[in-house]
Amino acid sequence: MFAYYLRLSLASLRRHPALSALMVLAIAIGIGVCMTTLTVHTLMSSDPIPWKSDKLFAVRLDSWGPDRPWEEPNEPPPELNWRDATALMASDIPPRHAAMFKSMFTVQNEDPGFAPYMVEARITHKDFFALFDTPFLHGGGWGDSADKNLEQVVVLGKVANDKLFGGENSVGRTIRLDEREFKVVGVLADWQPVPKFYDVNNGNFDAAEDIYLPWGTAQPFQLRTAGNTNGWKPENIDSFDAFLNSESVWIQFWAELPDTETKARYQAFLDAYVGEQKKLGRFPRPLNNRLSDVNQFMSERHVVGDDNRVLVGLSFLFLAVCLINMVGLLLAKFLGKAPELALRRALGASQWQIVQLNLVEVGLVGLLGGVLGLGLAYGGLEAVKTLYASNDGNDVRLYALNLPLALQAMAIALAASLLAGLYPALKVGRLAPAGLLKTQ
Amino acid sequence: MLSMHNISKVFRTDLVQTHALRDFSLEVAAGEFVAVTGPSGSGKTTFLNIAGLLENFDGGSYRLDGVDVAGLSDSALARLRNEKIGFIFQSFNLIPDLNLFDNVDVPLRYRGFSAAERKQRIEEALEKVGLGARMKHLPSQLSGGQQQRAAIARALAGSPRFLLADEPTGNLDSLMARQVMELLEQLHEEGTTIVMVTHDAELARRAPRNIHVLDGAVSDLHVVGTPSLRAATV
Ligand SMILES: Nc1ncnc2c1ncn2[C@@H]1O[C@H](COP(=O)(O)OP(=O)(O)OP(=O)(O)O)[C@@H](O)[C@H]1O
Ligand SMILES: [Mg+2]
Repeated sequence: MFAYYLRLSLASLRRHPALSALMVLAIAIGIGVCMTTLTVHTLMSSDPIPWKSDKLFAVRLDSWGPDRPWEEPNEPPPELNWRDATALMASDIPPRHAAMFKSMFTVQNEDPGFAPYMVEARITHKDFFALFDTPFLHGGGWGDSADKNLEQVVVLGKVANDKLFGGENSVGRTIRLDEREFKVVGVLADWQPVPKFYDVNNGNFDAAEDIYLPWGTAQPFQLRTAGNTNGWKPENIDSFDAFLNSESVWIQFWAELPDTETKARYQAFLDAYVGEQKKLGRFPRPLNNRLSDVNQFMSERHVVGDDNRVLVGLSFLFLAVCLINMVGLLLAKFLGKAPELALRRALGASQWQIVQLNLVEVGLVGLLGGVLGLGLAYGGLEAVKTLYASNDGNDVRLYALNLPLALQAMAIALAASLLAGLYPALKVGRLAPAGLLKTQ
Repeated sequence: MLSMHNISKVFRTDLVQTHALRDFSLEVAAGEFVAVTGPSGSGKTTFLNIAGLLENFDGGSYRLDGVDVAGLSDSALARLRNEKIGFIFQSFNLIPDLNLFDNVDVPLRYRGFSAAERKQRIEEALEKVGLGARMKHLPSQLSGGQQQRAAIARALAGSPRFLLADEPTGNLDSLMARQVMELLEQLHEEGTTIVMVTHDAELARRAPRNIHVLDGAVSDLHVVGTPSLRAATV
């Protein structure tokens, strides 16, 4: 019977192509808009490192000023200063931990004819790669000594390796960063966590940096952060060392804490450290040291903005408007078919069979609308991509449809159209056949 | 076959109540061929619709083939309609964008026959009305008489025991009307019970039994072709 209904529905849709196209379009536009916003939202709010997001903790110390918190109600600043980051690195409680910040260089390869270009880099500790399970194509990270002493080594991201070395294994080769030579020790495969959870102070959805330098290079080369620097205390900063000794915060700090016992020990360590520092006249605020796992941190730092959620809500409202339109169109369509449906009743169809036939037709409209809607969503995402991705460096994968979302779109289209079709289908199914037959 | 006792039917609109049938009683035995005549608005179509389970009624009782139809569910009524009753309408009521094969197929689909059985029945029915060569034609490609014969093929494809025809020749010229009448007579001879509403006194006379409806009730059960009846059916 279903195949019969399907055949009749196709014929019925072909009979009034304009009306059918209008209905398909109504669903398609609604679905297209919803899927565009939903895709961006889903990817924005997805867990960037699901297999260990509950064991990775952003470390925050409340080193802010006495008068007001960093952010209401009582949020500690999201970053650390140099002194505290250095002190925390001395702990051996976390099996892995790393401080990090973003910087900028002009980069060049061994070929003097190569045109240098600007590149974003991350200065961090050796654990960074194991902490976040970054995939290596060639080589690996650096050793402990490179974090403590000056060693001119780098790990290249995939894009940098492609640009500088044509994608070859560049381990052992050298590059120049701001005229200083560095030896390549490792090359990463493509690695782009979305959101870029380990540094949400400088663009939540930026692409990952393309070059990684050991911590030991920061002080000797006086590497400045290319990200935000925040301070509360009026200090006289006239040298790089004065900057390192100031209360300015600019360093992200992450620790892996495999179980609650380790986490409790680490929390106690942080509290003890701040307690010591209070005796030295630092940390004027009440004790407020925070360990937030990846997902807590994303929500505490409002990585997915409320405006984004509002946008998703609005687009679903828009879908509802499309559906209300569709109810009217379907009613017109089914009432037009009423004499034929009455005839079917006379020839032995029950009300329910008429309703089923109508719903199959509606479902067909929904599925066609869903397919077209996916096309529109694809176009919409391309448009959003060209609008935003290029100019603020957002990761382009935010704007890519994926299979689960496409299936979700088809399900929404089907459910929405059935919802819109229920009233017209029932109404026309219940019309008394006798009166309609006479008018034919 | 059909047994109606004191059936009443009232149509209510905002302004008026129309007593389409009042105390309408009629017995039709299996195998009968009954012609129903009566002036316009007397309730003939209303009677046929109730007989065909397309309309409910307000009072009285109706047994179809021994089954009391009062209180049957919609799907039970649909099944009864599908299995026992064939309809023939004045305006043919073929579905315009289905070809003859698919038009005749409609009641068989709801019957749940297998594809093979449907095909055989459709071909037989269309052969019987002389349209075996036109199965792939659309209704619009046929003459009025051919369309009505296709509609008759649709009515008899499910081999119902009861045919209800509402002015089946009303839209046809006399030659085509005669062909349709001959077809109905043939079906009657094969044992089908037929109730036919007609305005055509000559056709009515060819039926073995005539009833006359006046003001929503059966006025005369026996008269065949009297002058008064002829006057009433102009
Ligand atoms: N759906 C309806 N709503 C209101 N009144 C109706 C309805 N159907 C029929 N009637 C009224 O009921 C009465 C009987 O109508 P019916 O159609 O049965 O007459 P008929 O004998 O078939 O007439 P005709 O020979 O013109 O076809 C008429 O007065 C008609 O106006
Ligand atoms: Mg009538």
